[in-house]
Amino acid sequence: KPKTKRSKRFLQGREPKLNENIKKAMLFKGGNANQTVTQALKDIYSLKKPNAVMYKKKNITRPFEDQSSLEFFSKKSDCSLFLFGSHNKKRPNNLVFGRMFDFHVLDMIELGIEKFVSLKDIKNSKIPEGTKPLLIFAGDAFETGNEHKKLKNLLIDFFRGPTVPCVRLVGLEHVLHITALEGKIYLRSYKVLLKKSGCRTPRIELEEIGPSFDFTMRMIHLASVDLYKTAHRQPKALKPKEKKNISHDVFGMKYGRLHMQKQDLFKLHTRKMKGLKRKAE
Amino acid sequence: MAACSIEDVLAKAEREEVEKLKSISVHKEQELEFDPGNLFAFDKNPPNIREFRKLNKDEFLRSLARDNTQLLINELWKLPTERVEEVIVAKLPEPTTRLPREKPVPKPRPSTKWEEFAKLKGIQKKKKTNLVWDDVHKEWKRRWGYKRANDDTKEWLIEVPETADPNEDQFSKRIKAKKERVAKNELNRLRNIARGQKIKVPGVGLAPTEQQSKTELGKAIHVAKHSTASVGKFQGNLPKEKTPKNMGKKRKFEPLIGDFSAEKQKQLDLLNIMDSKKPRIDITKAVNKQMREEDRQSGFQKRKSPGKKGRKGNFSGKGKAKGKGKKGGPGGGSGGGNSKGGPGGGKNRKPRMKQGKR
Repeated sequence: KPKTKRSKRFLQGREPKLNENIKKAMLFKGGNANQTVTQALKDIYSLKKPNAVMYKKKNITRPFEDQSSLEFFSKKSDCSLFLFGSHNKKRPNNLVFGRMFDFHVLDMIELGIEKFVSLKDIKNSKIPEGTKPLLIFAGDAFETGNEHKKLKNLLIDFFRGPTVPCVRLVGLEHVLHITALEGKIYLRSYKVLLKKSGCRTPRIELEEIGPSFDFTMRMIHLASVDLYKTAHRQPKALKPKEKKNISHDVFGMKYGRLHMQKQDLFKLHTRKMKGLKRKAE
Repeated sequence: MAACSIEDVLAKAEREEVEKLKSISVHKEQELEFDPGNLFAFDKNPPNIREFRKLNKDEFLRSLARDNTQLLINELWKLPTERVEEVIVAKLPEPTTRLPREKPVPKPRPSTKWEEFAKLKGIQKKKKTNLVWDDVHKEWKRRWGYKRANDDTKEWLIEVPETADPNEDQFSKRIKAKKERVAKNELNRLRNIARGQKIKVPGVGLAPTEQQSKTELGKAIHVAKHSTASVGKFQGNLPKEKTPKNMGKKRKFEPLIGDFSAEKQKQLDLLNIMDSKKPRIDITKAVNKQMREEDRQSGFQKRKSPGKKGRKGNFSGKGKAKGKGKKGGPGGGSGGGNSKGGPGGGKNRKPRMKQGKR
């Protein structure tokens, strides 16, 4: 129970709201985490920088078996996205992306890193922290495969960042491009260079910066259909209010309706024409 | 000649136009799906696997990414723009991708009694200014709160109205009225909360809670007993219930103007005590108290330190100077053995000398 105004504001910040806060991600390591996995976690942490927490210590848990420690961490740090990295002989270089609903695990996907190039291995100038990335998914696997669809949804949620009403056109610097090819998933991160073209829209050149991953899909844990439905339910108050008595016809003309009371035409006040006035006779 | 040159110029211009458009146009078999609100694009076209294997993997991915990014940027540049502080900004539409929420939809707050009444009557909330002009102090003050304007409890001069009793304290009357209003507001606030959470609150008396302590239960019994027409005077005791003694005022004050002789006697007795050479403290009592405290401390320490297994409890039993009350377990035997304690004096250190009333 809050005793000060400050703590009360802090708790109110964490309450469920109509327009939610930006989803925060928590990144932590498992019992065995090798150099690759740790570096991968650090790179993704820098991609998600202000809205992420990185835990330094190793946590000996297995997300697919025991979800209680995940839920505990999520409640403590108010994070609804998580990334767990581990390494063992059976599953080398393992990353588990996941998200929570109401501090319970909604879905998790395990990806194995086949090849990884870190941020510091690519030597060029990078982009500032916290830029909202352009997300591009390529490959028909994302359309046809059910697991791939869920992965797409999860990755959008993970890397999306804050929802903004307007964006500075020049500031669109970061692109995350994810391709599904031949059973593998390639994640590449580029810096966008806007070059002059004849017209208003610039020509794009890309320069590879950030981490590049070659993933293979391993396990996946999905929630029940009911839980998905509850999670996707949007509050009614957010729906845009329809303006009544306004309609549009086929040509795009806007029509409005006015409702008037019954007017007594004999008592209407119009312009007086003095000459037409009935003279008192 | 001139006609040819004009044609040439026009043809050249056309070619240039086409080239420029080529630089930003990308040919795709299927159109991409866009979600500008999320800065998201989805390319459903199956990627060219042969080219992928031919070229360097990264090169292929980069060219694919370039094409897709170009298309997404084209889409974003079509959005309406506005100028915000010397920066050109595009207004994004609502995101269309359905993503799950982080936390469940909040439940609406239960409305208070006033809110329901206002809804019924159609009373709208009127927005009020925060500051009000106070003519007395000639400055803007808060409408309510600390140092508010027109605070009637803070007036230094109150005219006694003709209909009022001249001996009545008008200042305290106003303060009392304010306290009553505050208490009433608090009561109504708590009732609103109770109604919202559907907790039943009795009209009079204490609300039942789980896990009541002994004092709370005692208070509840007392309130129930005295809630009769004759204020509990003829209410018998429950079996094993003891009438509580020393109820009522804890301090007695003599009236200001009354029997002066009693007051005079008191003052003289006080002077006599101050004169007398007897010590003010009851020494035996003090010494016994100190010894008891020491024994208790030593017993506590011996219990804390890892002594021999069986002996632990015995030490603690012996540690008490006066074996009062129950001591469970192994301490119970030795504690019970010291039953000579009590008024006889547990250890009979010093003969008890009663010094007389102070």
